[in-house]
Amino acid sequence: MAQSEVKSILIAGVGGQGTVLTARVLSRLLLQKGYDIKVSEIHGMSQRGGSVVTQVRYGDKVHSPIIAPNSADDIIGFELLEGVRALPYLKEGGTIIVNEQKINPMPVVIGKATYPDDLKDFLCHCGAKVKLFDAHLLAMEAGNAKCLNMVMLGAWAKNAGLEFNEEECLNIIANNVPQKFLNVNIDGFKRGYHAF
Amino acid sequence: MKQLMTGNEAIALGAWEAGVNVVAAYPGTPSTEITENAAKYDELYAEWAPNEKVALEVAIGAAITGGRAMACMKHVGVNVAMDPLLTVAFSGIEGGLVLITADDPGMHSSQNEQDNRRLGRFAKIPVLEPADSAECRDFVKAAFVISETFDTPVMLRLTTRVAHSQSLVEKGERVLRELPPYQKNPQKYVMVPANAKPRHTVAEERLLKLKAYSDETELNRVEKNSAAIGVICSGIVYPYVKDALPDASVLKIGLSNPLPEQKIRDFAASVKTLYVIEELDDVMEEQIRAMGIKTHGKDIFSLEGEIFPETIREKLCDEKTAPAYRYGKELVVRPPVLCAGCPHRGTFYVLKQAKVNVLGDIGCYTLGALPPLGAIDTTICMGAGIGMALGMEKVRGKDFAKQTVAVIGDSTFIHSGITGLIDAVYNNGCTTTIILDNHITAMTGHQQNPLTGFTVKGEPARKLQLETIVKGLGIDRVSVVDPFDLKTFAQILKADLSTEEPSVIIARRPCELLLKGAKGACYINPELCLRCGKCLKIGCPAIEKTGVGKAPIIRSELCVGCGLCQKVCGNDGVITKVGE
Repeated sequence: MAQSEVKSILIAGVGGQGTVLTARVLSRLLLQKGYDIKVSEIHGMSQRGGSVVTQVRYGDKVHSPIIAPNSADDIIGFELLEGVRALPYLKEGGTIIVNEQKINPMPVVIGKATYPDDLKDFLCHCGAKVKLFDAHLLAMEAGNAKCLNMVMLGAWAKNAGLEFNEEECLNIIANNVPQKFLNVNIDGFKRGYHAF
Repeated sequence: MKQLMTGNEAIALGAWEAGVNVVAAYPGTPSTEITENAAKYDELYAEWAPNEKVALEVAIGAAITGGRAMACMKHVGVNVAMDPLLTVAFSGIEGGLVLITADDPGMHSSQNEQDNRRLGRFAKIPVLEPADSAECRDFVKAAFVISETFDTPVMLRLTTRVAHSQSLVEKGERVLRELPPYQKNPQKYVMVPANAKPRHTVAEERLLKLKAYSDETELNRVEKNSAAIGVICSGIVYPYVKDALPDASVLKIGLSNPLPEQKIRDFAASVKTLYVIEELDDVMEEQIRAMGIKTHGKDIFSLEGEIFPETIREKLCDEKTAPAYRYGKELVVRPPVLCAGCPHRGTFYVLKQAKVNVLGDIGCYTLGALPPLGAIDTTICMGAGIGMALGMEKVRGKDFAKQTVAVIGDSTFIHSGITGLIDAVYNNGCTTTIILDNHITAMTGHQQNPLTGFTVKGEPARKLQLETIVKGLGIDRVSVVDPFDLKTFAQILKADLSTEEPSVIIARRPCELLLKGAKGACYINPELCLRCGKCLKIGCPAIEKTGVGKAPIIRSELCVGCGLCQKVCGNDGVITKVGE
């Protein structure tokens, strides 16, 4: 696979939504397929409810862990605003999977700014391949809002075109999620996987 | 089988494989996980030290007695450890000593973006710069070999993108070294002038030997490609260059101090146009220019922030592609916030109401500076607030001091607040210091410290008492308050500010993230709500304004039921806990 065929997945969300764990599971899934992989995540101050971006790149040989604008094959947006914020990173013809849930940032919470009301409309007409769904609702149906990350992962796995079968995904999740929350996470994954 | 691991995990693995005996550190993003991972290996000793200076001193002791030791810290932590570093650079050690500095270009989680390669040069010690996780593992091992071969401490410099990126690493075996017998050697280790002078000579001679080594070692290697463009780079910039300029020739620098002069001269002569691409300072470029070599560098790249692959393409290939998809208007930003239920919120609310000057410090509570709390006047470095309060008092007098408080976290107080407080006592200050005791080092991801009763390995430890320490320092006026008991807190604050003696208020309540288990969410009754907006002033991410003239709502999925908004509201029945 030539350098140009390196694939890039950008995961955008709000600190605390579990984007880092998603990248961990996702990258171990790719590892099983024998790819070279680089993952970039940021911890610390940026975790505390702020915008968070995690990046995964895979191929025969990957150099940079960082995704340049206009070059992500897939974007997984855990929240509507954060999905739209990440959109310039999507390459032409790329796919963006977005949880349509809105989480107000602090400037909106305190009334100093407004949450744009046209984001869903914009996404649907922006020209990219857009998969918009209420992942928060699916997570709640699975029994815990916190399994949102597995719902998103499931939706991505189905659409990734890498033919991940459900079973191998579930095995990787089992190795990366605490036993106590395993069932709800697996349920969440399945709901995401069958969402589209 | 290869494993996917972060640079930090790989550093810990490399230390384990290198037979390291001691790892000492103070937590600091992006370095924290090195020590957390090192602590998982039973065969080596790991500790959280009270600060970076002590961490390095523990490592120095371990190395002088013949062991292999590693001290880990974020870039600004090295400032704290500079005193022992610059002298152990003269004395050398018996075993191996490696200092990990994790720099933060782009300031993802830091108060500055200093380039610690300069500190390595300043200390006259070798500096290694790995580019990915596999190199993190390999370079730690190489660092110990260099340390022992040349009898020198070695600095290994990470940046956030190396420390927190994951790539593939093959796990090796731990190779144990035999500990040599301890030999006293005061001429080498007692750094009085008579001994230190000849050691300076040794340090200068060592640098010359290292310079020759830098030209020989494969840590610095040429990747010959097109002769049109040659790039000299190190660390994370190397993979960026490989992505952005696949045809360029590259001199990849792994050992960046001292630089391999001959390799650089040969490389420069072999390419048409030379670029030195480095994040932050022109550390390499400056030296390369001093060799009389013509190169591009900071004439086109910034001295600030990170460099990305697309920056390199833009600057060198004049290639700028507009995004395929973009929301035309500006998007509202999402800054980090104090968590729902955070005990600091109570403290900053009280301080904001009291309209005092607040000299802040480094930790989660730095977020108290952001709106709507906006309750912090200054944040400079770990421990700075207390000394700064005294300095302000000496310029503006006691009346000003009576409207000023220093706010510091529990772990930060142990790190470097204690000496500031002694100064306030000794020099007749009347500062009121508030120590935020949340039972953990929170911002860096919940590390133990001398006040928690546990070590980094989770073993029980002597638990220090803040009250005892503070009283022992000479503070007679010490109170303990729950920061959510707003009324009592405000009363104590008022009383303490009015006195002319130094005082300490310990605001004690555990970090909300330590308290697992839901306590039921709060609910605003729109029928009873007076629309006063008070509850919105505490900056709780769970409380939302819904529109002009409408009652705010509390998002039950975000609310942890701490009840602070109930207290701030103060009107009976407006805010209730679901189920109460």
